Amino acid sequence: MFFTLENCLILSVILFSIGCYGVLTKRNILVILMSIELMLNAVNLSFISFNYFNYNMMNGEEMGHFFVLVIIAIAAAEAAVGLAILVALFRNRDSADIEKLVEMKW
Amino acid sequence: MGNTYLLFIPILPLIGFLINGLIGHKLNRKVVGTIGGATVLGSFILSLMTLFRILGDGNAVSYVAFHWITIADLDITFGFRIDQLSAVMINVITGVGFLIHVYSNGYMHEDKSVARFFAYLNLFVFSMLILVMADNIVLMFLGWEGVGLCSYLLIGFWYQDMFTKKLSNADAGKKAFIVNRVGDFGFLLAIFLIFMTFGTLNFEQLSHADMNIAGGLITAITLLLFLGATGKSAQIPLYIWLPDAMAGPTPVSALIHAATMVTAGIYMIGRLSFMFVHSETTMLTIAVIGTLTAVFSATMGLTQNDIKKVLAYSTVSQLGYMFMAMGVGAFSAGIFHLMTHAFFKALLFLGAGSVILACHHEQDMRKMGALKDKIPTTFWMFAIGSLALMGIPPFAGFFSKDDILARVFVEHKALWALGLVGAGMTAFYTARMVAMTFFGTSKMTKKQELHVHEPGISVRFVLIALGVLSAIGGLIGIPAALHGGAHFSHFLDPVFEAAQAHQGGHHHLSHLTEWILMVISIAVVATGGWLGFDIYSKEKSIRKNFVKHPIGGKLHHISYNKYYIDEIYDFVIVKSIMGGSKALWKFFDVTIIDGFVNFVADIVAFISGIMRKIQTGHTNSYAFSIFIGALGILIYIASRL
Repeated sequence: MFFTLENCLILSVILFSIGCYGVLTKRNILVILMSIELMLNAVNLSFISFNYFNYNMMNGEEMGHFFVLVIIAIAAAEAAVGLAILVALFRNRDSADIEKLVEMKW
Repeated sequence: MGNTYLLFIPILPLIGFLINGLIGHKLNRKVVGTIGGATVLGSFILSLMTLFRILGDGNAVSYVAFHWITIADLDITFGFRIDQLSAVMINVITGVGFLIHVYSNGYMHEDKSVARFFAYLNLFVFSMLILVMADNIVLMFLGWEGVGLCSYLLIGFWYQDMFTKKLSNADAGKKAFIVNRVGDFGFLLAIFLIFMTFGTLNFEQLSHADMNIAGGLITAITLLLFLGATGKSAQIPLYIWLPDAMAGPTPVSALIHAATMVTAGIYMIGRLSFMFVHSETTMLTIAVIGTLTAVFSATMGLTQNDIKKVLAYSTVSQLGYMFMAMGVGAFSAGIFHLMTHAFFKALLFLGAGSVILACHHEQDMRKMGALKDKIPTTFWMFAIGSLALMGIPPFAGFFSKDDILARVFVEHKALWALGLVGAGMTAFYTARMVAMTFFGTSKMTKKQELHVHEPGISVRFVLIALGVLSAIGGLIGIPAALHGGAHFSHFLDPVFEAAQAHQGGHHHLSHLTEWILMVISIAVVATGGWLGFDIYSKEKSIRKNFVKHPIGGKLHHISYNKYYIDEIYDFVIVKSIMGGSKALWKFFDVTIIDGFVNFVADIVAFISGIMRKIQTGHTNSYAFSIFIGALGILIYIASRL
């Protein structure tokens, strides 16, 4: 059987790690935002997998689904705000390079 | 009970204080003066009523307004209790106080802040009444502090002016206040000790308490109380503020620093006499301190040239006599002298005030002279006051002072001899003062002489009223040896019953001995007075020769400079405290305290200097630290599984 909880979680870890790597290494803010979305969806995947495979253990509750729906809604809002900031920033600086935004320090 | 009217005795002056203090500056000065005087007159009438009531049935009158402080065993009432002693006191305070208010109307008529003056004066009368009417020590202490405050405010009434070259009027006020703090500290400690020992602070309950406790404790309590009394009543070692208190307006000197406030210490000892008699040590201390003060300050009075300074030292000296009386257990004699002294010393101060006004604010007696015919009313009244102060029969001072000396003679012959010397000196400086002011040749400028005038009608009325009291006030205490009834002393007997019972019957002198003592004291006083009058009215050359003589000159110099006590106190206490504080400031505060605080701050600044480098501003590095942190938490949880 290929479709097991372990395999789903391994996929989730891979997605999360890719997202994490993107956040840490990329310089373009747009890419960083995309990486964050990737990490969120990796988490969503693990929620939904636990809910799906442990359905009987949870007495028919669908908590995982609710979490996922809430996270998707919030992530959409977050993405909207993040992109709006990014647009404003780009208009000011003509750049989306995070390495150049270092004023907020000691 | 119908004793509610007792509350109005202190409340009336308080109302006067509130009106004059709050809206007085908007009122006509005549209205202000009338309010000031009328409220005290009201109190005086009520006081007289109380006195007659007590004269009638001999029972104390009491009234409790409310319970002031109630904590566990401590129950302090805002209550009054008027017995024979307080009845005498409230009548002296309101009676003399009223006369002085009337006098102030005339005396202060040119002053621009007359409302402030009357407000303070009324507040003083209120506090003083609280002091003597209180039925417990804490309420008494409230009044005690209140009169101290008013004394401070009134000494510095003309706070813009200088008193001497070095001391402004405001400084003189501060000096009085601070010196009094030393005494009040003793008084407070005594109150704490009394509550600890007897569990009550009510005079009535205390008088029934068992005083036969460990000897050291009762001595400690009474000595601390006496320390309080030396501060308020200007005795050695705390008398130094009183001569400088003359910086205040003259009616203030008369009311506060001669007639009433300074006698608070005497009153307190009288009130707690049942406690004081249980400590032989304290009684002896009081007698000795009183005698020393009486003689010591009399010697300083001999050479002063400022008319008010002479009277100030004389007040200190007379207070010494009162303490002497208290110390030998002659309580009623002390209170008797307190009363007559209030009459004649108020008279002398007010007389001096009108002399000062007549001479256009000149207080130096060397610049007066020959005023006898120019201001006759003032002269005659001043003369009566002086004769009363010297103790010439039949004026008031004679009976009271002689009463004291006779009682001291029974207990301590040495103190009696010193007291007699003091009486001689008193006569000398009083006669000197009268002679320098009213006799001899005039040393005023022509312009000043034209200006000399009798004071207004209200001032003269007051002088005459006090003159009458000084002349005949002593007659209520004529001793049995002179076929009198000693009414005053018998009137006060119930108050001092407990104290006298403890002392046992004191040895009565035979009438013959009393006669001899009287003749001796009259002879001493007459000699001193005649010498002073003769030398200074004829301006004999002996004065100059005495000052030129090597020893005489030194004596004069020391006495004139008041034994340098002020300088010694300044050096020993003020300078050492200032020096010590300065050393603490420069070394301890700057080096150690500031050093420690700054050291801590420096450490924080140093560490922060390193730590702030973490804030790079690079978003990636923040993200990386979040990643490391999250990883760390994961590893930790994993290791715990």
